[in-house]
Amino acid sequence: MRTSPLTRRGLLAGAAALALAGCGSNTGRNRPPGITQWYHAYGEDGVQQAVQRYAADYRRTPVTVRWIPGDYDSKLASGLLSGVGPDVFEATLQVDMIRSGQVADLTDIIEPHRADFAPAVLSGFEFGGRLYGVPQTVDAQFLFYRKSMLQEAGVRPPETLPELVDAAGRLTGGRRKGLFLGNNAGSDVLGGPLLWSVGLDFVSEDHKQPGFAEPEVGPAVAAIRDMFARGHLLLGAPTDWSSPAAITQGLCAMQWGGLWIVPELRKTLGDDFGILPWPPLTAKPSVPIGAFGSMISPKTHVLAEAKDYVRWLWLDRTDLQADFTNSYGLHIPARQQITPNPVAAEASSLVNRFGRVAFPVALTAKMRVSYRDALTRIIRAGADPRRELQSAAEPVRAELRRLFG
Amino acid sequence: MSRAAWFWVFVGPFLAGLLLFSYVPIGWSVLLSFFEARNTVTPTDFVGFRNYREMLTDRSFVDSLLTFSLFALAVVPLTYVSALGLALLVNRIEFARSFFRSVFFLPTACSYVVAALVWKLSIFSGVDSGLANTVLGTDIAWLVQVKPPWYWLALITVRLWLQTGFYMILFIAGLQRISQSLYEAAEVDGASGWQSFRYVTLPQLRSTSIAVLLLSLIAAYQAFDEFYNLFSTTGGYPPYARPPLVYLYYNSLGAGAQDFGHGGAGAVILAAVIAMVTLLQGKLIGRERA
Repeated sequence: MRTSPLTRRGLLAGAAALALAGCGSNTGRNRPPGITQWYHAYGEDGVQQAVQRYAADYRRTPVTVRWIPGDYDSKLASGLLSGVGPDVFEATLQVDMIRSGQVADLTDIIEPHRADFAPAVLSGFEFGGRLYGVPQTVDAQFLFYRKSMLQEAGVRPPETLPELVDAAGRLTGGRRKGLFLGNNAGSDVLGGPLLWSVGLDFVSEDHKQPGFAEPEVGPAVAAIRDMFARGHLLLGAPTDWSSPAAITQGLCAMQWGGLWIVPELRKTLGDDFGILPWPPLTAKPSVPIGAFGSMISPKTHVLAEAKDYVRWLWLDRTDLQADFTNSYGLHIPARQQITPNPVAAEASSLVNRFGRVAFPVALTAKMRVSYRDALTRIIRAGADPRRELQSAAEPVRAELRRLFG
Repeated sequence: MSRAAWFWVFVGPFLAGLLLFSYVPIGWSVLLSFFEARNTVTPTDFVGFRNYREMLTDRSFVDSLLTFSLFALAVVPLTYVSALGLALLVNRIEFARSFFRSVFFLPTACSYVVAALVWKLSIFSGVDSGLANTVLGTDIAWLVQVKPPWYWLALITVRLWLQTGFYMILFIAGLQRISQSLYEAAEVDGASGWQSFRYVTLPQLRSTSIAVLLLSLIAAYQAFDEFYNLFSTTGGYPPYARPPLVYLYYNSLGAGAQDFGHGGAGAVILAAVIAMVTLLQGKLIGRERA
């Protein structure tokens, strides 16, 4: 048998060419002309086709939509760092992104439309009087309850935190627990609601103090610990709070959850469920909201075009925004002039009255971890609330000093 | 072409890959650890050892190092004992020997993620229909209770189930290399079963034992998958059973946080701890051997 050196060489050359092509595709040299826009992979059917349709509708500059599956946050972070990321992208705003120049100032295009956004929604994209993102659509979290189970037990839908604690106790029995706050016993989801329930916020107005260092927070957290210790909370459920399975399977009578579970609840429970804001201890009820905003990387070579595109899609074309919000899964419109899906009408009204942005711009990952750890130690291990929150406040103060002096 | 040229043709691409994707990033993260590097990989603000000082005084990071070491301390001896025990039993068995060998080896082929999810969702589920609760007739939230810390039970058993079979095979290979004449000589000298195990089997298994201890220690320090899949929740990860990699992921490197200075410092500290423990273990075993 004859071996052909030519074939071998040809093979190597081919491999080398392939390797070079592989390098080329990610360096930006082969970027498609025009605007590149990134979306995370939405779970609802049809979103990808919809956003591609919107992009195709825009005639002034070609727009390439990239659908990013998996860990979107990390991929976006490295994309923005390397300068070969998107021109236009969706994200939530964090102060470090502004400080390191990863988001362009969009105040000039958003300001004329300010009145059309709920202030709470827009506050997630505003910092130091400047606006950095256009809210696309709003998600919110509520307390869901089974009407029939409450009726049976003679319990009114709770309007205050003590009423909630009482209701959880009276609804616990047999294989059913009163309340499900997620498998981390509420620490993951109640950070904001517990603060707002006593009239505080994550960070003080002057950006010097974490709100949770105030003594008023202790009793609110202690109420959750109380339910944990008495065995009134559902724990270690097969699914977490983000899934409706616990409440639809009757493992609990009340459950913290997101707006996204409503379609499933309607399918399995019909009308046998209601929604409530998080009940207050001494202040007002609250509804944590979250929204992705459309933002622009300042490193883009097509800044003016990208701004024009964002204005066209997320400010001018309310018909497309209504389609985005109402046609795929359940969301609440970011704009007041868009009528919400009738199914979301009650939720929408609660958001307008009690909505608070779930994680404010000034809250860094480090602050969140520190506060959440303290909540977990108090609720799950029975640590002393006051001491635990004080010790969690120290690293948060250091972060605040670093950011705001 | 000469042999040397062909050597580079074949080795070159892998070497380049190793340099580019392993050594450069390692070097770069060591460099970053001496800078204030938020949202940038080309920092200018040199801070010396400040990031190291802050990581070593960060209670959560130190806790995570302790958790990790505790895990290794528990799982390495347990793996050793159970793998050796299984190997002795399976090696002696006359009936369906290869069947038993395969059965115990099979879990090695299972993904850590899948096993962790089975442990979380069906065996140690906190609802009363969970397997552990059904069998024991209890109502315990295994992965949520921290007093007592039941979650360690799930953590240790899943690791043992996954890796014991692999180390058992290593021990079986070791056992089969021991000459039968040694046992015969021991028997002639009147050694009991325990004595022949203690004075023949164990010393003859020394090099296998060293391999098993070192490999399982390194594997324990690389743990991430089963921790993450057992305990992470929709909103994050609780401060219990949180290994350093998970802590760094949430605080500095992933999930929207880009604090590469502290992340780099944490990674270097972790690498140093692993290197020290491995060296120490090698030294202890090596000395015993000499």
